[in-house]
Amino acid sequence: MAQDYSHVKTILATDCGSTTTKAILIEKEGEEYRLKVRGEAPTTVEKPAEDVTRGVLNAVGEVEELSGRTLLKKVKVLHSGKGIKGGTDVYLSTSSAGGGLQMMVAGVVKSMTGESAQRAALGAGAIVMDVLASNDGRLGHEKIEAIRRLRPDMILLSGGIDGGTISHVVELAELIGAADPKPRFGSGYDLPVIYAGNKDARGNVKGSLEAKTDLYVVDNIRPVLERENLGPARHEIHNLFMEHVMAQAPGYSKLMEWTDEPIMPTPGAVGEIIQTIASTYGIEAIGVDIGGATTDVFSVFGGVFNRTVSANLGMSYSVSNVVAETGLPNIMRWVPFSVDERAIRDRVRNKMIRPTTIPQTLEDLIVEQAIAREALRLAFEQHKSLAVGLKGIQQQRTISDAFAQTATGGTLVNMMNLDMLVGSGGALSHAPRRAQAGLMLIDGFMPECVTFLAVDSIFMMPQLGVLSKVMPKAATQVFDRDCLVRLGSCVAPVGSGKEGSNCLHIEADFPGLGHISEDVKLGEMRLLPLPVGEKVRAKLDPARGFDLGAGKGDAREVTLEGGVVGVVLDCRGRPFQIPEDETKRVNAITGWLQNLDIYPKVF
Amino acid sequence: MAHAYTPGLKVLGKTIIRKERILPLAGEVLVKKGDTVKAEDIVARTFLPGNVETVNVANSLGLPPEEVPKFMVKQEGDAVEEGEVIAEMKQFFGLYSSRAISPVKGSIETVSSITGQIIVREPPNPVVMDAYVDGKVVEVHGKEGVTVETTGTFIQGIFGIGGETQGEIAVVTDSSERVLADEDITEECAGKIIVGGSLVTAAALKKAIQLGVKGVIVGGFHDWDLKSFLGFDLGVAITGHENLGVTLVITEGFGDMAMAEATFNLLKAREGLQASINGATQIRAGVIRPEIIVPHTEKGKLAAGAGEEGSNLEIGTRVRAIREPFFGKLGEVTSLPVELQILESEAKVRVLGVKFDDGAEEVIPRANVEIIEAG
Repeated sequence: MAQDYSHVKTILATDCGSTTTKAILIEKEGEEYRLKVRGEAPTTVEKPAEDVTRGVLNAVGEVEELSGRTLLKKVKVLHSGKGIKGGTDVYLSTSSAGGGLQMMVAGVVKSMTGESAQRAALGAGAIVMDVLASNDGRLGHEKIEAIRRLRPDMILLSGGIDGGTISHVVELAELIGAADPKPRFGSGYDLPVIYAGNKDARGNVKGSLEAKTDLYVVDNIRPVLERENLGPARHEIHNLFMEHVMAQAPGYSKLMEWTDEPIMPTPGAVGEIIQTIASTYGIEAIGVDIGGATTDVFSVFGGVFNRTVSANLGMSYSVSNVVAETGLPNIMRWVPFSVDERAIRDRVRNKMIRPTTIPQTLEDLIVEQAIAREALRLAFEQHKSLAVGLKGIQQQRTISDAFAQTATGGTLVNMMNLDMLVGSGGALSHAPRRAQAGLMLIDGFMPECVTFLAVDSIFMMPQLGVLSKVMPKAATQVFDRDCLVRLGSCVAPVGSGKEGSNCLHIEADFPGLGHISEDVKLGEMRLLPLPVGEKVRAKLDPARGFDLGAGKGDAREVTLEGGVVGVVLDCRGRPFQIPEDETKRVNAITGWLQNLDIYPKVF
Repeated sequence: MAHAYTPGLKVLGKTIIRKERILPLAGEVLVKKGDTVKAEDIVARTFLPGNVETVNVANSLGLPPEEVPKFMVKQEGDAVEEGEVIAEMKQFFGLYSSRAISPVKGSIETVSSITGQIIVREPPNPVVMDAYVDGKVVEVHGKEGVTVETTGTFIQGIFGIGGETQGEIAVVTDSSERVLADEDITEECAGKIIVGGSLVTAAALKKAIQLGVKGVIVGGFHDWDLKSFLGFDLGVAITGHENLGVTLVITEGFGDMAMAEATFNLLKAREGLQASINGATQIRAGVIRPEIIVPHTEKGKLAAGAGEEGSNLEIGTRVRAIREPFFGKLGEVTSLPVELQILESEAKVRVLGVKFDDGAEEVIPRANVEIIEAG
C-alpha cells in the first residue's frame, strides 16, 4: 500500500555516487518545501570500509551539523515519531555506486526490438553494454563470447511482436543459455534475465533459460510494430536492481531497510525529475549531466521521454576518450590560442591518470572547457540517434510526403521547439563563471530559436527525482526555487548567409538598458543583461534566409527571460560553422568570449 | 571538502605485501597454508567452460526445425570430433544424403526443435594461477585461490601497460633525470626489468622488445608514443591485458618527467634482485595502479602496510605538484589556510602553501598535489 506523505515536513535524501555521497535536507516553510542544507562525504563502497552506509552516515552527519537537527541515532538514520526529538519524516536514496546498473539487451532486429529494448533499459537508468540482435552481423559464438566477457548485472531479452517470429527470439535465448552467464557481483546467484518479447515464445524461452538463469517474464515491449510498451520492462528492471544488484553491493541491504521507498538508480531518478518538470510546465526539455566517467542526456519532446548514457564520455576518467573520439583539432577549434599538440595530449593524459585535479591557470581552464564542449556535443549526437520514432512502421503518406521521402525512425529531438536546456555535473555546475556554463551548453547543443538555459546549482536532481515519485509538488518546488540557477534566454536564428551580413534585428525595452533597437550581424554573439526573474517582450526580426520559428525572414514577438548571465543573442547561424582560416577563427572566438564576458583575460 | 587532495602513490622500502591469487572460477588449490612458494609456482588451477559453436542443422539439411531431432546422429551430451557427422538425412532409398558436421571437437550441448540450431561446446580450457611473488601462503580461499605474503619493497606506478612479469632489476641510466634511449639497452638487458630516468622513447621501447627485456620502469612516457606503441589511441584507462612483449610502468606521468629521487634510489638499491611487476591500471571506481614488488630480507624498519590508508596533509608533508603550471615539482607544505582562495582560473578552492625544492614558494590547490608516501 502506498504511504501517505501529506503531513511530511522534513525530507532527507541521499545520492550515493561512484566517488561522493551527497545528502540534502528539505523542510516545509509555510506552504512551501525548500532546501535547508546539504552535506557530502566520500562514498564507501570499496575497501577499506566496504559499506555504503558509512558514507551515508558521514554525509548525513554533515547535514546534521549544519542544520542543528538530529538526524542520526547511533549508526542509523533517525525517523521522526512520537516522543522522538528531531529525525526525518521521510528518507529516500538513489545510487550509482560501483559503476551503476550495467545491462545487455537483445532483440531480433537491431533497429526495431533491439532499439526498443535499449530505450527500456536506458530509461530505467542502466548503462547498455551491448545490444545483441539476430541481424547484428556477429556469429553465434561471437555473441556468446560477448555475453561471457561483459558480465552484465542483468539481461533484457525482447524480440518479435505478439504473434510474430518465435524461432529468432528462441535462438537468442538459446545463445544466452549457452553462454551460461555469470553476474558481475556475487557468485552465489543466477543472472537475472527479463523476457519481454513475443508472448507466444514464452514457453520456449522458459525451456531454454529457466534452468540456467533467474528468468522473469513481463509484457512484450513491442506488442505491435506501431507501439512501444516500455513500462512493464522498466518496472521489472527497477525491482531487480533492488533485489539483485543493490542487495549484492556492500552495505546496501542495510541502506534498503532505512529508506522509505525503494532505492533508485541515479540516472533513472534524474529522468523522473526531468519528466516531472516537462509535464508540470508543459514544455519540451533537455537535461544533461556531464560527469567524470559518463555523460547522460535526457529529453522530453512531444511527451516522449528518452535518456541516453554515453558511457565513456566524461571529464576525468574518460577525458582521454573524448579526445580519442572527437580528435584534437575539434577540441582546439574552441581555444583562442595555439598550443603544441603533443603537449596538449600529455596534459589530457595527466588529467586522466589524476582525475581529481583542477585547472589552476586560465589557459588550463579554457582547454578543459573546450573538451567539455566536445563531450557534450558527442553525447548529444548519440542521444539524437537513439531518441527516434519507431522504425519499420507503416506510414500514411500524402502526395507531398512522397516527394519529401522521409523515412520512419527520424529523431524526436527538435531544437526549434526546445523550451529549456538544463545542465549539471562538475564542468557546468562548478564553472567559475556562470556565463562559461551557458556558453558550453550553447556550443555543445546548438539550441535554435529561443531556449531558456539553466544549470543545477549543486547537483541535487537525483534526490529530487526520487522525491518526485512520491511527492511531485515538493520536488517541483525545490527544483524551481533552490536547484535551478537560471542563466537566461538564448536567441539563435537558424540559417546561413554571407559573412558580415545582417542576421537579426531586435527591438525591446530592457530594464536598465531602456529601449533597444539593434542589428546583429552573422557570426556575432551579444549579451543583453536581464536579471533573474525579469521578463521582456521582444520583437525578433530575422534577416532573409534566417528562421526564428515563424518562417524564414518572418518576425515574431517572444518573451525573453532573464538570469544570472542575461539574454544571449547567438547569431553564428545554424548549422554552426567555425571559420577555417586560423586568424579569422581566433578573432571570431575572441569576439564571442569578450562580448559574453566569459574569461577575465583576453588572449 | 575534507579530502581535497589525492592520496599519494606508495614508495616503500620495506613493507609486508599480500597478494590475492584468485581463479576466475572455483577449481583446485595446489598449495596449503604455510607453504613457501616461488613466483612461478602454480598455486591453483581450474577449467573454464569451452567456447561454443552453433550449427543450424535445419538450414543445412533443408528441414523444418521440429524435424531436426529425428535426423540427429549425435544426441545431447555426446562427444564429437571436428568434422564428424552430427545429423544426416538420407534420400532416394539411401542413394543420396545431406549431412551436418561439427565445426569443432567437443560435445553436443543442445538440440533445438524450435530453431533447428545445435550448440557444440568445445572441451574446457585449463587455467592456472601462479604465485606472482616469492613468499608464503598465508590464507587459502576455499577452492578459489590463496593469499601470498612477502616482505619487500613496494612501489606503485601511476600508469602501466602489460601484465604480470618477473625479472632481475637492472638500472640502466645514471640519473633519475636522464632519458632512457635505445643505446642504453644492450643484450645484457634480456630477461631483466630495466629502470630508466625521466622518459622512455618509442625507439628504446621497441629495442627492449626486440632484445627480450621483461619490463621497463621510467618516470614518463609521451602520449604520442603510447599511441604508436599500442597501435591505437587509448580511450579508457583500463590496461594490463596487452600482449606487446614487455610490461611498462611509468611512475610520474605523461611527458618528460624525472623519476622521483626516492623511487630511483630505492630501485638502485635493489639492483640485482628478482622483482615482480604488473602494468595493469584501472582509473575508475576501484582504482588499480601498476606495481613493483621486490621481495628482500634486508634489515630495516617496516613501513605501513601497502594496502592501508595514507596519511593526511600537514605542515612539512612532502608533496608533489600534479598539475600545470608546476607539474612534477617536489616540495614541502608550508601552510594550510582554511579559507577558500581564488585561483587565476577564478575557481574558488582550498589551497596550500608549498616551498618547492628549488626554493620557490607558491600557493596551489590542495587537489593538485599528492603526498609522497615514502618509507
